[in-house]
Amino acid sequence: MNFIEKFSGIFLIAGVGLFFLAVIGLGVIPIYMLEKSTPQLQLPATVPPDFQPDYASPTEYHQALHRGRDLYIAEGCWHCHSQYVRPTANENLRYGPVSTPMEYQSSLHLPQLFGTRRVGPDLSREAGKKSNDWHFAHLYQPTHVVPESIMPGYPWYFDVVDGVPVPNQDAKAIVAYLQWLGVDVIKRRDTVQTYEQQILPPRE
Amino acid sequence: MNEQQKNPNLVDFIVVRWHLYAAIAYVFIAVLAGLSYSLQFLQKYPFPGVEYLSPGRMRMVHTSAVAYAWLANGMFGILYYIIPKLTGHRVLSQTLSRIIFFIYNFLVLGSVVLILAGHAQGLEWAETPAILDPFIALGLGLLVVNLITPIIKIRAQKMYVSLWYILAALIWTPMVYVMGNFLPQYIFPGTSGATVSSMYIHDLVGLFVTPLGIGMVYYLLPVVMKRPLYSHALSIIGFWGLAFFYPMNSAHHYLFSPIPMWTQYFAIVASIGVHVVVYTVVFNLFATMAGDWKQLITNIPVRWMFFGTLAYLITCIQCAIQVTLSAQSIIHFTDWVVGHSHFVLFGTFSFWITAWLYYLLPKIWKTEIFSGSLANWHFWLLALGISIMQIDLLAAGVVQGMMWRSMAPFIDSVVASIPFWWVRTFSGIMILSGELCFFVNLYATWQQSKRNRILAPNSEVVA
Repeated sequence: MNFIEKFSGIFLIAGVGLFFLAVIGLGVIPIYMLEKSTPQLQLPATVPPDFQPDYASPTEYHQALHRGRDLYIAEGCWHCHSQYVRPTANENLRYGPVSTPMEYQSSLHLPQLFGTRRVGPDLSREAGKKSNDWHFAHLYQPTHVVPESIMPGYPWYFDVVDGVPVPNQDAKAIVAYLQWLGVDVIKRRDTVQTYEQQILPPRE
Repeated sequence: MNEQQKNPNLVDFIVVRWHLYAAIAYVFIAVLAGLSYSLQFLQKYPFPGVEYLSPGRMRMVHTSAVAYAWLANGMFGILYYIIPKLTGHRVLSQTLSRIIFFIYNFLVLGSVVLILAGHAQGLEWAETPAILDPFIALGLGLLVVNLITPIIKIRAQKMYVSLWYILAALIWTPMVYVMGNFLPQYIFPGTSGATVSSMYIHDLVGLFVTPLGIGMVYYLLPVVMKRPLYSHALSIIGFWGLAFFYPMNSAHHYLFSPIPMWTQYFAIVASIGVHVVVYTVVFNLFATMAGDWKQLITNIPVRWMFFGTLAYLITCIQCAIQVTLSAQSIIHFTDWVVGHSHFVLFGTFSFWITAWLYYLLPKIWKTEIFSGSLANWHFWLLALGISIMQIDLLAAGVVQGMMWRSMAPFIDSVVASIPFWWVRTFSGIMILSGELCFFVNLYATWQQSKRNRILAPNSEVVA
């Protein structure tokens, strides 16, 4: 049993062996299962009506989605807004349908943005919950629409034209991304309202 | 001292000093970034509307500075001391160690700048911009080659427990870094990416910080207390328990997520298995201290190691409770987790590194620490600060989790958390003042060492 206190045992068994045991058991196998069973998710084939004035073709719209995702990462949005709905703690009532692997299999989810903290609400079912205008106002200064909010404002995504802040291309890309989140899961938005929407008066 | 006389250049004190000084400088960046970010929660952020100091970016600077700047620099500096001391051989090349120091710290500073400029990578604990990742991986590889050479030279002998942990960590760290920074960024999207990412989040703490921290304490505690380690058998169980259980803890960061449920169950069981490791290590350390408790008062490093070990015990007991699905249902996504991670990285590992700083810096400067009173202030401000922060954030977490489950509007949980966030900022101020005491004390000690050198010019200067 000497080897467990010597270089060889620690290098080969602890350093390499047990590490790869864990990587294979809890990494390679579940990933193989997931990749095999999960179909690729396609981005929307048409530009949603709200964004048609901004993006002429689906290609431009997809570029905007990726740009919005990149800004979402750069600003660290994902540190305060998670992107999965758990099958517990009434989250399906608050946010919408519970998350499945299928909805995360797209180029916009590379890298994944599950998140581990909710300072603000989950965003994986955000599509269509609020209007684009609400999002622009909220992005510019969150306390203008939610007085108690502690989210910081992002005024650098707005150009001031005649003393009025106007969203620039980046702000539009962020909102396009937010309005895409969960769009494949919540097509039934019109018929099924989340609990929060049922009990709360709409905020102006 | 005998080894030092036989082989006067055994330890390269210059690179040890550089790393430790860098660590002390970065701890201020880390604390200031964290403190200013905490003010955002009170709507009192000091730089509102400034793009390059946006709170979201500041948060990533905070975590990166803690992990890669403060803890890593501190630990690398200490490794450059421990490894030659324990093996009796020099590192591969002392020039290489200095080059690595500059490469590494250039990359750390570069990543701070790039994160603030909006180029962060979207992976938790791996926010280092993707463009810098290959260079960091390369730097870590060089570091490992440099540090592992003296260990290879004694491969035929049985090694002291510290070296087991250090050797294992040296092998794990580059593999973990490459896995966590490249696979989820370029290859695996969505849920598969989260599987790898969760592994990285845990391995950064479990396979980089923890083994190096435990290895450091196993060396320092017997040395400063002048008492033998309590049990060799316990250290064997502790080490192999860590090597077996820690890598499997991965998915416990994304419980109730779309990751296959069996993977999550496995991670939960392995996380509870971590108790084997913790109790053996903690018992071993406390049993080494037992019988000579008065050193807690008289011996500064022992005091820091005691609190660190206590914090390690508390966080790990917490871990096994919060990892169960019923607890996760409430506390996941809340401030509870934030409190937990602060207690791990600050309460445990930062305290252990600080114990080393109190041991090593006066030794390098060939003097005594300047003021025992400032050292007391440092200890109590940090110990009380982190304890208040921990208790406060745990309570905040339960409140938030309960309110979310109760279906109250989300904003109500934010409003309810504000008092807790005030206390958190207050505890952050305590920590900052404690670190300032430390800095003043170190500066005075350094000045005192310069005076001593002038008074006794013939005394040998180590570095």
